[in-house]
Amino acid sequence: MKNRSVKVDCLTRVEGEGGLEIKIKGDKVTDIQFNIFEPPRFFEAFLHGRLFTEAPDITARICGICPIAYQMSSAHAMEMACGVKVEGPLRDLRRLVYCGEWIESHALHVYMLHAPDFLGYDDAISMAKDHPDLVKQGLKLKKIGNELMILLGGREIHPINICVGGFFKVPTPKELQKMAEPLKWALKASLETVKFVSALEFPEFEQDYEFVSVNHDREYPINEGRVISNKGIDIVVTDFLEIFEEQQVKHSTSLHAVVKDRGAYHVGPLARYNLNFDKLTPLAQKAAVEAGLGRQCNNPFKSIIARAVELVFACEEALRIIDNYQMPEKPYLDVPPKAGIGHGATEAPRGLLYHKYEIDNDGVIKAARIIAPTSQNQKVIENDLAAFVPLNLDLPHDTLTWKCEQAVRNYDPCISCSCHFLKLNIEQE
Amino acid sequence: MAKAKKPKLAVWKFASCSGCQLSLLDCEDELLAIAETLEIAYFPKASSAVKKGPYDLSLVEGSITTPHDAHRIHEVRKVSKTLVTIGACATAGGIQALRNFKDVKDFISTVYVSPQFIQVLDKSTPIADHVFVDFELRGCPIDKHQLLEVVNAFLNKRKPIVPPYSVCMECKRRGIICVMVAYGTPCLGPVTQTGCGALCPSYHRGCYGCFGPQEKSNTSSLAKWWKTLNVSEDNLVRAFRGFNAWADSFRKESEVHEK
Repeated sequence: MKNRSVKVDCLTRVEGEGGLEIKIKGDKVTDIQFNIFEPPRFFEAFLHGRLFTEAPDITARICGICPIAYQMSSAHAMEMACGVKVEGPLRDLRRLVYCGEWIESHALHVYMLHAPDFLGYDDAISMAKDHPDLVKQGLKLKKIGNELMILLGGREIHPINICVGGFFKVPTPKELQKMAEPLKWALKASLETVKFVSALEFPEFEQDYEFVSVNHDREYPINEGRVISNKGIDIVVTDFLEIFEEQQVKHSTSLHAVVKDRGAYHVGPLARYNLNFDKLTPLAQKAAVEAGLGRQCNNPFKSIIARAVELVFACEEALRIIDNYQMPEKPYLDVPPKAGIGHGATEAPRGLLYHKYEIDNDGVIKAARIIAPTSQNQKVIENDLAAFVPLNLDLPHDTLTWKCEQAVRNYDPCISCSCHFLKLNIEQE
Repeated sequence: MAKAKKPKLAVWKFASCSGCQLSLLDCEDELLAIAETLEIAYFPKASSAVKKGPYDLSLVEGSITTPHDAHRIHEVRKVSKTLVTIGACATAGGIQALRNFKDVKDFISTVYVSPQFIQVLDKSTPIADHVFVDFELRGCPIDKHQLLEVVNAFLNKRKPIVPPYSVCMECKRRGIICVMVAYGTPCLGPVTQTGCGALCPSYHRGCYGCFGPQEKSNTSSLAKWWKTLNVSEDNLVRAFRGFNAWADSFRKESEVHEK
């Protein structure tokens, strides 16, 4: 019986340090390890003793790609603990800066990290030699997302203008209006992006996933709502740890999150899309249907289409907010500290991000818990590989290895996040 | 005439958030031009192509926190003609250096159920504690214009122009009202190196020290001023223990105020 192994020491075009090791005996996969050797950084430990107002700036440093997600989940959790709710224009501005992060991160992943897989290039730079206009379009889209983050956050990486209660300074309607023209271009480019990605070749591969995302009764999920799944979960965020738990595995410095007594679940654009199709704008829905995505999609390789559809949505949503914007009198709500526990679940570009804090009467953090999207997707990634490899054993070794890496990249994994976590090693015995 | 060989660029990651490497990809208008001038030979976050060293310019992100990384940085130095560290993690140990003030074993058991699988060093340390560094670029995150300046300087074989003065100077230059004088907002601007463009004060907030201590920073004098604004000793410790907590002058000042 022939034994093989697929081994990728260092996964590329992902954020952070990880690898993959797959052992194959005959036509059976005997072991899969999605290894994460990103050094652990112990955020939960050193948040202990810090002030509740410091959490957004400190947790932003977990991830340079999705700092807004960390700032939002932590701010929401602290506000819940203190019994304050941010509404009206401040809430809209938070949604707007989050749209900026979605546009930046999705454009980066679709054009620079994932598209090269489908078109057979090592990277976007070599892809640019044959497809210059395509890469330039991606870069321009990415830049517009960043500009939105700079306008509202002060800078694109680790924004400085987000605080518990709102913002340090809010833009005037005129300042926001400057983003309208670039966003109108971005909307057109996003619609073209959906067309471009829908024409790519996708492996026939469907899995029966438990999709999990935030869900809101009126809007496509970004900043708040219940946590739901397609297999019966429908909870308020405060019950998150009743349903989900994290397990430590030997081959990873990232913890694996699972649905208690049930196992792996899937978060990210595909989960959000499947669970919230009806909340997308009509234009985004139409683009998705025309792209052949359907209302339900279980092919993880098609996550690139879901990401592009979300680009359309994020541009439209940003334009809507800018058009309706009325400058609030004060850039933030006062949030006096109060002993208590707060939870926050928001949708980072790569999936649900959960924070929980316990603070005392002086606002000093007593305990912190952070569950990043990639921790939640880790098990689903391993399951995908276990199902995908046996179907593709006739592929030449290099092609199989590449496809396995691509299967990991479907999830836009963010390894630094999960360690607050990736290595590919396919071994055939 | 034979075309001159492009210098090879490598980008390395140690313990970090990837934000500083992302700064390179955030140069949307310049990225393709950079790729014309430099050969991007090793940059796993952006490319699957891995070309062998030696590399003419290595950008190193992140701090040293594991026995494996303490060894790996020497390998990186060996294959790098010029090594530039980028960001607060690589130049000062980063936010993860907060562990340096505590017992790391307690930290591990806070996060992991089976601490025996986790191999880490007691301290998070900057790259220059381990190998010779040709130039350090500060910031949490770095400023992409400063990054372009460093790459440009390297290509033209000159010293990078990166101002060493404080955030205060930048505020004066930009005509930003002093948040400490005008509003009584505690600000680390007087002791922090500029590079951000005095971002926080321009958003009506006090500087929180992303770019680390300015050379010869008078932190004790600033701490006295903060006390006149009713800042507690605990909060002084917190202020100096941020993203550059292990940088010498910030570390010492935080220790003064620790009970």
